[in-house]
Amino acid sequence: MTAVEPINRASALELVERIRRLRARPATFMEVCGTHTVAVFRAGIRNTLLPERGISLVSGPGCPVCVTAAAEIDDLAEFALQERERITVTSYGDLLRATGHRSSLAAARAQGADIRIVTSAYDNLRLAQEHTERQIVFFGIGFETTQPGLAHTILTAERLGLENFTVYLSHKVIPPALRLLASEPRLRLDGFILPGHVSTIIGEEPYRFLAEEHGLPGVIAGFQPEDILAALYYLLRMREAGTPRILNAYSRAVKPGGNQQAKALLKEVFAPADAHWRGIGTLPASGHVLRERFAAFDAHRRFGLRRVRKDTAGFGSCRCSEVLLGLISPPQCELFGDVCTPDSPVGACMVSSEGACANYHRFGGLR
Amino acid sequence: MAMCLAVPGIIEELNDEWAKVRVQGVILDANVALVPQAAVGDYVLVHAGYAIQLLTDEEAEETLALLREVAGMESESVDAQ
Repeated sequence: MTAVEPINRASALELVERIRRLRARPATFMEVCGTHTVAVFRAGIRNTLLPERGISLVSGPGCPVCVTAAAEIDDLAEFALQERERITVTSYGDLLRATGHRSSLAAARAQGADIRIVTSAYDNLRLAQEHTERQIVFFGIGFETTQPGLAHTILTAERLGLENFTVYLSHKVIPPALRLLASEPRLRLDGFILPGHVSTIIGEEPYRFLAEEHGLPGVIAGFQPEDILAALYYLLRMREAGTPRILNAYSRAVKPGGNQQAKALLKEVFAPADAHWRGIGTLPASGHVLRERFAAFDAHRRFGLRRVRKDTAGFGSCRCSEVLLGLISPPQCELFGDVCTPDSPVGACMVSSEGACANYHRFGGLR
Repeated sequence: MAMCLAVPGIIEELNDEWAKVRVQGVILDANVALVPQAAVGDYVLVHAGYAIQLLTDEEAEETLALLREVAGMESESVDAQ
């Protein structure tokens, strides 16, 4: 075997050549993160290099809007409408058009509910200070990338003694979903492209079980075409060598231990809890609740809202749940591009800019 | 907004835990409480109004370290055979 030469600042073409020099064998990898789904399309390899080398790259559940339970969307939309005289519900923009079983935040807003878009959790504190007569309820979704910012926001609200800000917490953490995907018999994955910015916070260690318990390699990757190609090369190379590991190919942003300060804030503010992933099911310890000290900021407690721990997907005939698990590619759904488009989405995977369906639609009929 | 999308930018001003970060020519306000060691001139990754990590220019080192690992795997697999 020839020695491996450094791919120091390797160009995309060099990486393609490296991949071509490896023996072609069918392989199925998953890009877990929705932002990686976009990056794979931008790299222009979905209908060129991948089929040429027998590689199938399936999209995973790494789209926070897509996995938010339908019942939670209904509950918050209905709460915002019923209590519109005193409640303002805030959310990241993507979530507004995602539909529950009966309603959406956008529909509630059209009917007169006060629903506002924020681009940072911190925006809620300014709103709360400007509108002391109203209760600001933040629909807190997101993965590990987003959670530390909310932890800091809640700590700041505590310090300021704000009494009109609460969070409807719907966080998801990635490793329990990976555990499910790694052991999903219908998937038969050969490895993972691991989410770069989730890893910025959590580091490398939480993924070790993939290699150690499931024999699956994983590469933490950045979002440039070269990053995607390098991740594929390392995954193929590890499979060829029969030595699955978790490699960090994004160390310019990901330290081995993640962001210690962010992790400390997460631990201070949130406790693990079971969470319902839309289309996937309820996974143990895959979400958060606020710790007792922060009960005053817990919208579920303050307003007596139920905690959704079980739900049905609520996608009707749409096949988002299979898309989220990587079991089908979006164009295999009968509704794709016809009944269901980004302008008129049926399922949440078509709503979010990180949803697999929205990206397959946006980047054309590539599979 | 894309929830997992984080953008790199350079810190141009710093005032307590708030920074002015230049991202592709646009100045954004970002909170730096998650990266307390941040200083003016540092590159940071910004997500949903928060700087979530300092960026380092260690691409070359990154690549070399990985290649050592890949090389290590090769010798291991050869040994195993």
